[in-house]
Amino acid sequence: MALNELVRVEHLVKYFPAGGGFLGKPRAFVHAVDDVSFTIIRGETFGLVGESGCGKTTTGRLILRLLDPTSGKVIYDGQDILRLDGNAMRHMRRKMQLIFQDAFSSFDPRKKVFDIVAEPLRVHGLASGSQLRERVAELLVTVGLEPRHGEEYPHELSSGQKQCVGIARAISLNPEFIVADEPISAVDVSVRAQVLNLMKDLQEKLGLTYLFISHDMSVIRYLSDRVGVMYVGKLVEYAPKSELFKNPIHPYSKALLAAVPVEDPDQRREREILEGDVPSPVNPPNGCRFHTRCKFASPVCSEEEPPLLDRGGGHFVACHSF
Amino acid sequence: MSQESVAYLTPTSRRQRAVSALHRLWQDKVAFFAAVFLLIVIFSTLAAPWISPHDPAVGKIGNRLKPPAWMEGGDPNYLLGTDQQGRDVLSRIIWGGRVSLTVGFVVVGLAGAFGTLVGLISGYFGRWVDLLIMRIVDVQSSFPGLLVALTFVMVLGPGQWNLIAALTFNGWMIHARMARSQVLSMRETTMVESARAIGCTTSQTLFGHILPNIISPLITTYVLEMAHMIGAEATMSFLGYGIQPPQASWGLMIGEGRVYITNAWWLVTFPGLAVALTILSLNLVGNWVRTEFDPLHRSRH
Repeated sequence: MALNELVRVEHLVKYFPAGGGFLGKPRAFVHAVDDVSFTIIRGETFGLVGESGCGKTTTGRLILRLLDPTSGKVIYDGQDILRLDGNAMRHMRRKMQLIFQDAFSSFDPRKKVFDIVAEPLRVHGLASGSQLRERVAELLVTVGLEPRHGEEYPHELSSGQKQCVGIARAISLNPEFIVADEPISAVDVSVRAQVLNLMKDLQEKLGLTYLFISHDMSVIRYLSDRVGVMYVGKLVEYAPKSELFKNPIHPYSKALLAAVPVEDPDQRREREILEGDVPSPVNPPNGCRFHTRCKFASPVCSEEEPPLLDRGGGHFVACHSF
Repeated sequence: MSQESVAYLTPTSRRQRAVSALHRLWQDKVAFFAAVFLLIVIFSTLAAPWISPHDPAVGKIGNRLKPPAWMEGGDPNYLLGTDQQGRDVLSRIIWGGRVSLTVGFVVVGLAGAFGTLVGLISGYFGRWVDLLIMRIVDVQSSFPGLLVALTFVMVLGPGQWNLIAALTFNGWMIHARMARSQVLSMRETTMVESARAIGCTTSQTLFGHILPNIISPLITTYVLEMAHMIGAEATMSFLGYGIQPPQASWGLMIGEGRVYITNAWWLVTFPGLAVALTILSLNLVGNWVRTEFDPLHRSRH
């Protein structure tokens, strides 16, 4: 194991039962995450990108053990977190936190901002009394709010402020690892950049490691050090950011990148428009899951699943054709 | 961090919160008067030994079936008239309220606490725990409630506390079902996931986040059940398996007065009014409490 590795995901699988059949036995399973392996290096931002429903959110939840995987391993800082008992896991949660897509829905609506931010500290018994008040005030200032916001209810805040409270809550325990699940998609467009910059600043200041989940390639490009591309429960390609954006190999990654708008309206690019629909994760295609939409597909693609192989320089691709 | 900015974060004191809650109660006139009525009822039942004008159990047979004081033939000593044994109706209502309210509060307190706890556990843990608990609830609910309560009292013997035990035994299932259904919709929310993500224990999640957020609809059930239980007490007493004469309860008074309804309407009307107004007030106050508990709802008004 590399020394600077913080999270290692090994053959992670999560099937959700879909629809109860006779006697409550599920008739089918949603293959949300299917044999995904990757590592996250201490201090980096690992961007996970893919269409909605591709399993990126589930992957984030599995790494934090908010969901229990069907099989596979999550090794955090050398420890298999799936083996931890309830108490040890709760202790571990101090190190790993989550920023939610919709911060507001993650708050208890009857609690004031102060109590929302203070709760993790209270739950772990880390501060109380005036110490707690000072810490919360400090956290609110850190995320660009004012201490007086502590007296407000979350529904009285703007979307950007809500997400800042979510971030304050996430960093309150001084974690080292944060899963950010589409943290700006519920935020008003006008303040998205502000939230992203806040996250970037905090990373430097607090030495955070991010797993940044998004469907937006330009956001991923702005923030990530390495990027993984998911398609129907599989990781199809992952590489350092510049490498992936300069030289995408998997046809799906190419199509995703081609869909990113460019700043120069006169610049004409070759369009790559994907034909067909995303296959159902309940009954995913055999072989390479992308073969149903891939114009380079050959017979082997529908028979054999392509392994995720290193093409040099940490650029991993799962494709038979390239 | 300056001292002033930190001062903003001092939580509002309990006293301040209570004062603003009372202010909102005053603004909601209907709830306010319902609360005042309930307070009068509660106070008069608590102070029964001192405020009731006569002994509720002893009457002079020569004074029997006197109409209320303002009617012809009424006696100013007996404001609401007397019953078939010459006992003062007002005194019996005051003392009877003691029984009715005690039964209502205690039964809902016990059955509500137990049922809600069981429902929380059932809904939160799911799987076999849920299956087991809900089958017990189903089986128990499938027996006719009155029959079970009657059997219960027949075995234990009649009396106020046995009646409470019987009604509690019969009354917890609805609270379990209510709490469970609310937890089921709450369990999958981001809020609960977020509580787990920061490391809340199961009981912190259940009692700190889930319960406070589902308590509003549960309060409505508590109030309605309290009314239901006051009615059940009346039924049991009427049938002779609840409160035993000469003790008074509103239900027993209605039951005993039923025979005289054509020539002594006051025997049924006043205890009937007491039951109806108490239940109505409970409902109105329950509604107010529900909105008061919910800051989101409050700010919309």
